[in-house]
Amino acid sequence: MNFFFEVLIGGLLSGVMYALVAIGFVLIYKASGVFNFAQGAMVFFAALTCVGLMDKFGMSLWLAIPCTVVAMILLGIAIERVVLRPLVNQPEITLFMATIGLAFFLEGLAQLLWGSQVHQLPLPIEDVPMQWLLDRFNIVVSQFDVIAAVICGVLVAALALLFAKTRVGRALRAVADDHQAALAVGIPLQRIWAILWAVAGVVALVAGLLWGARNGVQFALTFIALKALPVLILGGFTSVPGAIVGGLIIGASEKLAEVYIGPLVGGGIEGWFPYVLALLFLLVRPEGLFGEKIIRRI
Amino acid sequence: MFYREAGQFRTTYEADGQILPIRQDRIALLATLAVAAVAVPFMASPYMLSAILIPFLIFALAALGLNILTGYAGQLSLGTAAFMAVGAFASWNFVARVPGMPMLLAFVLGGLCAALVGIAFGLPSLRIRGFYLAASTLATQFFVIWCLTKISWLTGGSASGVITAQRIEIMGYAFDTPQRKYVLVLLVVALMALLAKNLVRSNVGRSWMAVRDMDVAAEVIGIRLMRTKLLAFAVSSFYCGVAGALYAFAYLGTVEPEAYSLDLSFRILFMIIIGGVGSILGSFLGAAFIVLLPVFLNIAAHGLALPTSVASNLELMVFGALIIFFLIVEPHGLARLWQIGKEKLRLWPFPH
Repeated sequence: MNFFFEVLIGGLLSGVMYALVAIGFVLIYKASGVFNFAQGAMVFFAALTCVGLMDKFGMSLWLAIPCTVVAMILLGIAIERVVLRPLVNQPEITLFMATIGLAFFLEGLAQLLWGSQVHQLPLPIEDVPMQWLLDRFNIVVSQFDVIAAVICGVLVAALALLFAKTRVGRALRAVADDHQAALAVGIPLQRIWAILWAVAGVVALVAGLLWGARNGVQFALTFIALKALPVLILGGFTSVPGAIVGGLIIGASEKLAEVYIGPLVGGGIEGWFPYVLALLFLLVRPEGLFGEKIIRRI
Repeated sequence: MFYREAGQFRTTYEADGQILPIRQDRIALLATLAVAAVAVPFMASPYMLSAILIPFLIFALAALGLNILTGYAGQLSLGTAAFMAVGAFASWNFVARVPGMPMLLAFVLGGLCAALVGIAFGLPSLRIRGFYLAASTLATQFFVIWCLTKISWLTGGSASGVITAQRIEIMGYAFDTPQRKYVLVLLVVALMALLAKNLVRSNVGRSWMAVRDMDVAAEVIGIRLMRTKLLAFAVSSFYCGVAGALYAFAYLGTVEPEAYSLDLSFRILFMIIIGGVGSILGSFLGAAFIVLLPVFLNIAAHGLALPTSVASNLELMVFGALIIFFLIVEPHGLARLWQIGKEKLRLWPFPH
């Protein structure tokens, strides 16, 4: 039974990390209707930039992080200028394909700037089992995972505050509801989009740091985006709580399936199980767990 | 001046309904085909044939398949490579397990297997659409490749998962040199392209486009959504399956799951974006572009003496930037540029 709980808790905690990437998607999709396939590339770009600054210029971690934040904000502004502004009013599918192009571009750029070898990312959090859980319940839970979950929680709370309490947040929600109406009451749509991409970039940085510290900063980080997709499908594209709940469900079920069903069918089912789960769920509820009900008119 | 249809009158329904109503187009197309079929096999070097022309034709066929699904029926798919893999492995199994199986029939059967898989994974499209569907087609990609690596029966019990494709032999005639393979591929691709062109002009194609443009409206005017969407998935997967079989048999020479990665799916998606979504010609132009671009970039990188790692990263960046550039400047792709060129030629030398 202990083993079951270990797997479950490990899965839930890794689900938090998926949710972190998924939140970046949701932010952008909610406010601009762009399905941002480049989120995984942004995670990679952010993590590699941070590590690259430390390696090449000898910065300390605490200096490299703010520098990377600045870089991600600049990147957000650049994306709005170069990619989104000329594509205003195009069909959603065109924007989606543009973000695929953007993903390729960022992957190439990141490796061109900082090299393509695997980097270690030394975060000052140790990946050791939590002692008191081990003593009391005999369950092995990594301290790193728990701290990552706490950071994720703080980030979500900060985003919620940003959305609920600030002027910019109000403008973001207005843009999310209706672009044209927001423009009509004088909200600068393009500035809002730039802010949004910058925020998504910062979220990507947090995700990149946590994932990078766990698995090393390498090209495989871009595949996290693929992990975040079933989370999004499950949670609904427009809901931050959905991304978190979806992440938890996907993380837990994926690990449990791998451990309990995997051996029966030859293992390695982690790759597709989340998708099939999300797909089955969609057949019952096409808009996802917390998504907005889709109403169509001719 | 050279491209002018003055004096070409269409006096019958047949003449009015043909694929290329302008005589110059017909002559140009037949000339291109003749050159491709007769002159090219003798003129081109074996390297040119096996490294550029054969993959170009095969990718064009796969792009054609994706274009039917995405461009005409409006169902975005990221699982193209999976359908290609099904086609390749099914063909391999048919040849290996059925004695005396004719090669071409094996390709067709491989395509049909891919079509069945396509229908199965197309079923969610009845409930979900748009991005949700795109994300769920990724399930196809991961699931199929996983099956092919895990189920050893499908790979003939080979330990490494890499199996050698059988020799292509049709009626005792072996297609074993690059020239012969090229001719075979050209024949298959030309026939299937003609079929696709006629299919999208027919009743079926029109209902696909109606579903693409607005599925609710299409349903209201009496188009059966389920049948139309699943047919699109089936036909598209059939094309991809045949392309996948050709890819394994005529190009790679091996059948292996790794050859059909997500990367290949994206490549084919790029082909139809750059070539032109919803255009048969566009599939060919896009395939040519994506096959040739790395070659040119390689030559350029050699010229500038760049290290390979820099060159491959630059290639990624150029790819990405080109996609964005094309979407901004010409969302309808190279096919539209060709059309604009023809319009201009028609008026030349007068500007209006």
